[in-house]
Amino acid sequence: MKTNKPFPKNADYVIIGGGISGVSIAWHLAKKGAKNIVLIEQKHLSWGATGRCGAGIRQQWGTEANCLLAKKSIEFFEKAQETLEYDGNVEFKQEGYLIVGTNAEEDAQFKKNVALQNSLDIPARMLSPQEAKEIVPHLNLEGVTSATFCPTDGHLNPFTTTDAFYKAAKREGVDFYTYTTVKDIITEDDAIKAVVTDKGTVETNVVINAAGGFAKQIGEMAGVDIPVHSQNREILVTEPIEKIQGPMVISFSRNIYCQQTPHGAFIMGRGDKRAPGYSMESTHTFLDEMAKTVTKLLPPIGELRVIRQWGGLYNFSPDSQPIISDAKDVKGFYMACGFSGHGFMLAPMTGLLLSEMILGEEPSLPVENLLLSRFEGKDIKDVETSVV
Amino acid sequence: MKPEDVIICRCSDVTLKDIYDLFEQGYETFEELKRVARVGMGPCQANTCGKMVQWEIAKYFGKPLDEVEFHNMRPFTLGVKLNAIKEASDDEDE
Repeated sequence: MKTNKPFPKNADYVIIGGGISGVSIAWHLAKKGAKNIVLIEQKHLSWGATGRCGAGIRQQWGTEANCLLAKKSIEFFEKAQETLEYDGNVEFKQEGYLIVGTNAEEDAQFKKNVALQNSLDIPARMLSPQEAKEIVPHLNLEGVTSATFCPTDGHLNPFTTTDAFYKAAKREGVDFYTYTTVKDIITEDDAIKAVVTDKGTVETNVVINAAGGFAKQIGEMAGVDIPVHSQNREILVTEPIEKIQGPMVISFSRNIYCQQTPHGAFIMGRGDKRAPGYSMESTHTFLDEMAKTVTKLLPPIGELRVIRQWGGLYNFSPDSQPIISDAKDVKGFYMACGFSGHGFMLAPMTGLLLSEMILGEEPSLPVENLLLSRFEGKDIKDVETSVV
Repeated sequence: MKPEDVIICRCSDVTLKDIYDLFEQGYETFEELKRVARVGMGPCQANTCGKMVQWEIAKYFGKPLDEVEFHNMRPFTLGVKLNAIKEASDDEDE
């Protein structure tokens, strides 16, 4: 992204990472009146996990923190096009997520999840396999034992949604420096002093780590140990066809998510047990497993041609819930990471909560279960298991 | 020909004028253009528009062509049906 300004000597806030979390934090901070905000991105906006994600937004979670973050985020997304005064199209589609289960253990977990979701006013419901088929007629029910459906879940285009936040933040005065790499973070007496990049050094008292798959390294630069790890997750897209599927279909036991975007293409992905790391390679193994899984669950999709495949980094936290937090030991260091594959859909609340935290305002949602300090010397409980 | 009459990405129906407008807004690389205009995201995977966009970037910003980064190449080169991938994989497993 072109900027005519030379790299700044100082800033009040430096955000590291030009994915959805970074641009949302930038916009929320600026909207609240904060000035001298600088965002640094090593490549172009949405180069990392945001631009590589499955483009889904859902509220069907197994922990209260994730449910609330997701519900409030969808409320934002419902009006995002207008709120951000975007001249493009964020391609918001609200036709639900259909989650299918294939064993008794999953059925029991679904019941618990739906009860939790309903207690938080998320309109999810349990379905019989037959009812699921009425929503997605090409669903193959062989082996399917139950399903849940939430009609207000859906889709957004990650590129244009990021672009919408970017343009809105830019209008509010945020300065963006893309193709700029952070090399070091200088601290003094346990407080943030400056950020060193390949374009120059910017003095600041506040750094916000929104570096996605690379959040751990950014933490290390500031002397903050963040218990996250990254892992490559692969995904593919097909040629576009006329609309045949409304909701995103996912299954944790079958290891698949698959949706048709408003543009007509099908996007699908799955995870595997590979080692943590930073590779974003595409593999033959993924293609084989993906083809087997999708043709079994959604047979007509087998006739579609794959046109592209890629990988991206999930940044996992120990309980698969986000870390939206300050750092107790380093004054002025904040982070939004560990989203465990769901940072895109939670970004509006990430931006709101972190800007409130930074500006010393009362948080809009309880944040105890989001803080870094929740991992200190405690057993990890309340783990999110609804992850593909 | 007028820039609005020149189709530069046939898969996603992007004109030369669309590209010029994005240049003016500050989108300078193929990867940035791709993400807001879908240029290069269709079935041909930039095999048609990739070099043309690279050339337009060079001309517009007055850079030598070899200094303009080429688009990111990803599999596939040609579309392949998921059923065909599954069948090939089943054959390997036997």
